[in-house]
Amino acid sequence: MGAGHAHRLYRQGNSPVHTLPPHTKLAAAFAFVVVVVSTPRQAMWAFALYAVLLAAVATVARVPAGFLLKRLLIEIPFVAFAVLMPFVAQGERVDVLGMSLSVGGLWGAWNVLAKGTLGVAASVLLASTTELRELLLGLQRLKLPPLLVQIASFMIRYGDVITDEMRRMRIARESRGFEARGVRHWGVLAKSAGALFIRSYERGERVHLAMVSRGYAGSMPVIDEVSASRAQWSSALALPCAALVVCLLGWML
Amino acid sequence: MHVPDGFIDAPTSAATGVIAAGALAVSLRGARRELDERTAPLAGLVAAFIFAVQMLNFPVAAGTSGHLLGGALAAILVGPYTGVLCVSVVLLMQGILFADGGLTALGVNITDMAIVTTVVSYAVFRGLVKVLPRRRRSVTVASFVAALLSVPAAAVAFTLIYAVGGTTDVPIGKVATAMIGVHVLIGIGEAVITALTVGAVIAVRPDLVYGARGLRQRLKLRVGGELVDAPAAAPEPAPAAARSHRKLWITGLVTSLVLAGFVSFYASASPDGLEKVAHDKGIDKKEEKHAASDSPLADYGVKDISDARLSGGLAGVIGVGVTVVVGSSVFWVVRRRRTASETAESSTPSSQAV
Repeated sequence: MGAGHAHRLYRQGNSPVHTLPPHTKLAAAFAFVVVVVSTPRQAMWAFALYAVLLAAVATVARVPAGFLLKRLLIEIPFVAFAVLMPFVAQGERVDVLGMSLSVGGLWGAWNVLAKGTLGVAASVLLASTTELRELLLGLQRLKLPPLLVQIASFMIRYGDVITDEMRRMRIARESRGFEARGVRHWGVLAKSAGALFIRSYERGERVHLAMVSRGYAGSMPVIDEVSASRAQWSSALALPCAALVVCLLGWML
Repeated sequence: MHVPDGFIDAPTSAATGVIAAGALAVSLRGARRELDERTAPLAGLVAAFIFAVQMLNFPVAAGTSGHLLGGALAAILVGPYTGVLCVSVVLLMQGILFADGGLTALGVNITDMAIVTTVVSYAVFRGLVKVLPRRRRSVTVASFVAALLSVPAAAVAFTLIYAVGGTTDVPIGKVATAMIGVHVLIGIGEAVITALTVGAVIAVRPDLVYGARGLRQRLKLRVGGELVDAPAAAPEPAPAAARSHRKLWITGLVTSLVLAGFVSFYASASPDGLEKVAHDKGIDKKEEKHAASDSPLADYGVKDISDARLSGGLAGVIGVGVTVVVGSSVFWVVRRRRTASETAESSTPSSQAV
């Protein structure tokens, strides 16, 4: 709690990327991922160029490579799936190190690995250079329904509170000698989940009353309207535009 | 089951994105009806709860553990619209903040994990609560079955999306077998935990469980040593019609399940009359293969399940389930429209009188 109300993925900084308005960054990241996904998978060099582009953004944002690589680990479950693909896919087969692998499967695995990794890297860069509140403001600016943004902001604000409540319940269970070892202990855990739901719901009612007593009438006041100048838009969209050039080259060559 | 970028091709991702946006718009409107002006804080807190409960690990055995997906739980506890909304918001935030699930795959993820699980589980839940006796225990049982079916349903939906827009030519039967097989197991865990959690909430605050709203006990007074019904402040419209149909519902459902699931175990494996005649006369030579003959349920057997009887039975049960869901949703829509027009008719003269 002493670390301020920033999420763990955010990395404090004052780089040009950090200071860009959030909605330009959101739009840029989304456009970049769309371009990456629509690139033909045979153009291997294109994906290398995308990685170089992202590395350039990371350098400008002063996000160290180790930080970025550690965050990429979230992808591991799907890497496992991708590794399986060459074994189960159909079609022409090749022999690699004595194993019969499907050519289509190898291409598919490469496709998922390359595009997935680039997508995760783009979101990690976005999350590590943009504060939570700013992200929500950016989503609102991008015309997401205000109610949805409000729900998301409540989820973000109270996510840590609820997770902490869950942690306290776990400590209470453990200090009474409880250790969940198997299916037989599911009842206790499920009762905790039920208690957590009741606490969250009642907290929601209290939060609503507190908001009403402070004059809430269905919409949140916007204090700091974010706006972006033409220069900011163009510097944010430099990334997807460069990626688009690479993608077009990939289709033509 | 968070799908990353590049797993599903761009047109399919865009199409599922449109589906997800439409469903979100509908559920935003529906959630206002379920929670009125408290929508934002309550749905936000429930989303935070779903987010937290997904981190609660349930040990299975020998070091492995699973966690709750929460679609069925959300639908039963706070209602289907709010449920869709909460799970979608969780997925959105996971995608943007934690890079869990690709940005372009958001539509796929929301369609698959938020919409399909919630809608299927709530439809099953509603149907079962109607059929079972009106007791608290039946809510728990209904939520068990609902959660049990919701997870494989999501796997089926994923397989369908993959069949339309998958980027690798893995045979669709293999994908279906792997996905559905694994998710039936996950569904069992999900079902046990969901049922226990709903049971725990019902024991403490039954008024909070959206799915148990019809179960409120009438207030009783003890007058002179005898229990008497308290005079109702506003008599609720008795659900007479729903009750009288219950026996029919049960009989129909049980019969069709038994027929589809068990009798087809022992059904003759030889082709039925028409097929046999067609074969004998050679008129099926030119018969084109059915367009859906590649579908995972083609020829009334789940592909790649080698035991023919088991496969036929499973396909039968799935078919009955799908039919019941589709049929009851049609019925529901029709009845809603009828009641809406009736209330409109009945309200107009009274407003004229006022």
